Amino acid sequence: MTNPSINIVNLSKVYGSFTAVSNLNLKIEGPKCVGFLGPNGAGKTTTLKMLTDLIMPSSGQAFINGENVHTHKRAALASVGTLIETPEIYPSLTPREALNMVAEMRGVPRAERKKRIDEAVAEVRMAEWMDKRVGKFSKGMKQRICVAAALLSDPTILLLDEPTTGLDPRGMSEVRDIVKSLKKRNRLIFMSSHILSEVADVCDEVAMIDHGKLLVYDSLANVTAKFSGGGNVVEVGMLKPLDPAFITSNVSRIPGVVSAEITDDKSLRIKYTGSLDVQANILSELIKQNIPVLSYRPAASALEDVYLNLIKETL
Amino acid sequence: MTNASSGAASTFAQLVTMTKYSFLNYLRARRFLVMVTLVALVNVILTVAVAYTRSAVFLNSALAFYGTWWGGFIDIFILLTVVFFGGDAISGEFQNKTGYYLVPNPIRRSTIYIGKYLAAFIASTLILALFAAFTLANGLYYSMGVPTQFLESFLFAWLYLLTALSVTFMFSSLFKSTSISILITILLFLFVFNVVDELSTVLLKIEPWFSITYAEGIIANVLNNPFPQHYVAAVTTGPAARFSFPTYNATIVEGLAIMAIYLVATALLGLVLFERKEFN
Repeated sequence: MTNPSINIVNLSKVYGSFTAVSNLNLKIEGPKCVGFLGPNGAGKTTTLKMLTDLIMPSSGQAFINGENVHTHKRAALASVGTLIETPEIYPSLTPREALNMVAEMRGVPRAERKKRIDEAVAEVRMAEWMDKRVGKFSKGMKQRICVAAALLSDPTILLLDEPTTGLDPRGMSEVRDIVKSLKKRNRLIFMSSHILSEVADVCDEVAMIDHGKLLVYDSLANVTAKFSGGGNVVEVGMLKPLDPAFITSNVSRIPGVVSAEITDDKSLRIKYTGSLDVQANILSELIKQNIPVLSYRPAASALEDVYLNLIKETL
Repeated sequence: MTNASSGAASTFAQLVTMTKYSFLNYLRARRFLVMVTLVALVNVILTVAVAYTRSAVFLNSALAFYGTWWGGFIDIFILLTVVFFGGDAISGEFQNKTGYYLVPNPIRRSTIYIGKYLAAFIASTLILALFAAFTLANGLYYSMGVPTQFLESFLFAWLYLLTALSVTFMFSSLFKSTSISILITILLFLFVFNVVDELSTVLLKIEPWFSITYAEGIIANVLNNPFPQHYVAAVTTGPAARFSFPTYNATIVEGLAIMAIYLVATALLGLVLFERKEFN
């Protein structure tokens, strides 16, 4: 499989006197999940629509896997699964037919179609609704079918515009799990979201945009380290509960750590000052102290700090 | 999930897919059932009326029968069919957001447009064929046979259907609101073209060769023997007041040429409009 890539070059979209996207440059390469953040009207959806032929750029170009989306759409989107806004499906079709339609368009071999559709539908937990008409479905159910359609051709790139919109908490969690599993399968996921905890949970990198301009694009850790105002926070998940006294006495002594607080039996929240080196050092110290670390990641609140620092006002 | 190479089917295969599922959508839609019911209802009423009255208007000759039954009603059914199946075919992709499910796939917009057009044409053809079947069944019952003019008229109606759908699709591509595009189609075919025809004929005394509804006249006219020609009716209302009222009838060649020009021009324009239309 070739290295999946998205390359946005001087991309602009102007509506009369309003500039929705302004000379956007963004190059994303390799399997990872990139969160695309920004306030309402920042240009996130407009950018994603320009990447999927839903709208034409006023200037600039968008390439997917090296192919220009607007001059070679079929080649550019051949290996891309998309979910932009909340698509509707022809109401008289059943999910099976709607998914067959996409599978046929995408050239999924007839022999594999049924298996692929069954797998995609099982992933979004819609198997029992396969032969009911879509017109009677709730928004969340339609969204699940659209997620299944995006996964159907086993794409190397997924472009998702607020994929958990309209889903109930279980649905949101399932979509996050799907994104995480895709990451493990070496896919490139470019996903816009308003839910910072979701981005912090599933994304490796973040791109922030405001008034159509890119503010920052870097790894989640780097972004939080550089732009978080009141110190950085990491959340540590542990395999088993530890003695609070041990935590406060030992963890608090690690260089750079400002405070360590137990949030529940198996979770620890460490506030520190310093760069990514400090963050890395804290992790190695925790391991040296035989703390059974299960997960270690920048806290969503740190991302929120970054967001609020970089994006001063919304529309 | 299976890790297989993903891609896109050939353009032809995508066209077949698009047509197949759009047609399925038409076939299951309430409006298809409404059209079938309307055709059946009108034909049952005609069947009963002719059986009861044995009217000479119908039963005088084979051409009179087909000219009154088929030629007298088919244009309004073609109008209803194109409004039902074409009026919101493209605008609906924007307003109902179904375009968001289709367009971001590796498929050309022109393939989506043509696939939907073909599906609408096939669904409309079924309605046309149903009307023709009722007409033929009654014609055969009354021993009218099947005159070649009826077959010609059916083919002209079929071409007119193809053209009227193309015009409708073009207007549907202009708007993002389904109600506006449907309303425009109705106004256009029911009033605008007819008013323009009348103004051109009566006031300007110019043959309305630029109008699709003028060309559509050949569907009924071919069932007349002889084929109607242009003529001028002179009316004298006093010593100094003399008026002339021309009536123009397109010849078959003119009618077919006008339809062909409309078909090609509106198909191209509709495609260009859909290619450029933005989902925002």
